[in-house]
Amino acid sequence: MLLSPALAISAVLFTLGVAGVLFRRNAIVIFMCVELMLNAVNLTFVALAQELGVGGQVFVFFVMAVAAAEAAVGLAIILAVYRHKHSVSLQNMNLLKDG
Amino acid sequence: MILTFFWIFGVIAMGSALLCITRKNPVASALWLVVTLFALAAMFVLLDAQFLAVLQVLVYAGAIMVLFLFVIMLLNLGRPGPSDIKGPVGLLIAVVLAGALLLQLRPLSDAKLPEAVRLPPGTVAALQQQQGMVGSVAGPLFEAYLVPFEIASVLLLAAIVGAVVLAKRKL
Repeated sequence: MLLSPALAISAVLFTLGVAGVLFRRNAIVIFMCVELMLNAVNLTFVALAQELGVGGQVFVFFVMAVAAAEAAVGLAIILAVYRHKHSVSLQNMNLLKDG
Repeated sequence: MILTFFWIFGVIAMGSALLCITRKNPVASALWLVVTLFALAAMFVLLDAQFLAVLQVLVYAGAIMVLFLFVIMLLNLGRPGPSDIKGPVGLLIAVVLAGALLLQLRPLSDAKLPEAVRLPPGTVAALQQQQGMVGSVAGPLFEAYLVPFEIASVLLLAAIVGAVVLAKRKL
């Protein structure tokens, strides 16, 4: 009964996360948008778990574990880059650009 | 009734997600994301995943978002400054691409699951009544998904070591 609204809301949340990644420049905000996308996928897993069995809820555990690991490593990388560049704006991270 | 509540929380989640990606201040963005995560936790409860709702509040809203806020405060990014949102061209491209993605994802919610794979309604809720909220998820986690569970522990260890190596100035 809740499957179709859950999938619709999840699609909107995922799209908002993608839009945020595309139009922000602050690395930390982009990182939060990635978390938003992961949560949209979690909502899909939980909604489908109600119809297809509890295995989907187990996958949400793994997504949360990976998200926690990703947050720890990603924020450490952002800290290291900030120490080097004194900025978290992706505009200043153009080492691979020509010129 | 449940459907009404589900849509209320869904609208809260979508609205605060929109505010999260459009606020200039990273601290405001993070706090709106916390609102989204709480709304998602409420939706998990309505979808018969009470234990995951607790984990969502504890792990996501509690631990991960505190880590984000901690780093924002540590780098002193909360002060007002120039906006990091891209100019009109970048914004237009982002909206067009995101709109195309939404047009592709939206029809999925109208799809019908084949009856052969679908459980009768209330199966998951009955299983939870029988085995308990935690037990119904812990059973498959430690039986069918035991190897992925062990690999996840290795991943977390690698993440801890990696974070220390990256964040420390001198080892």
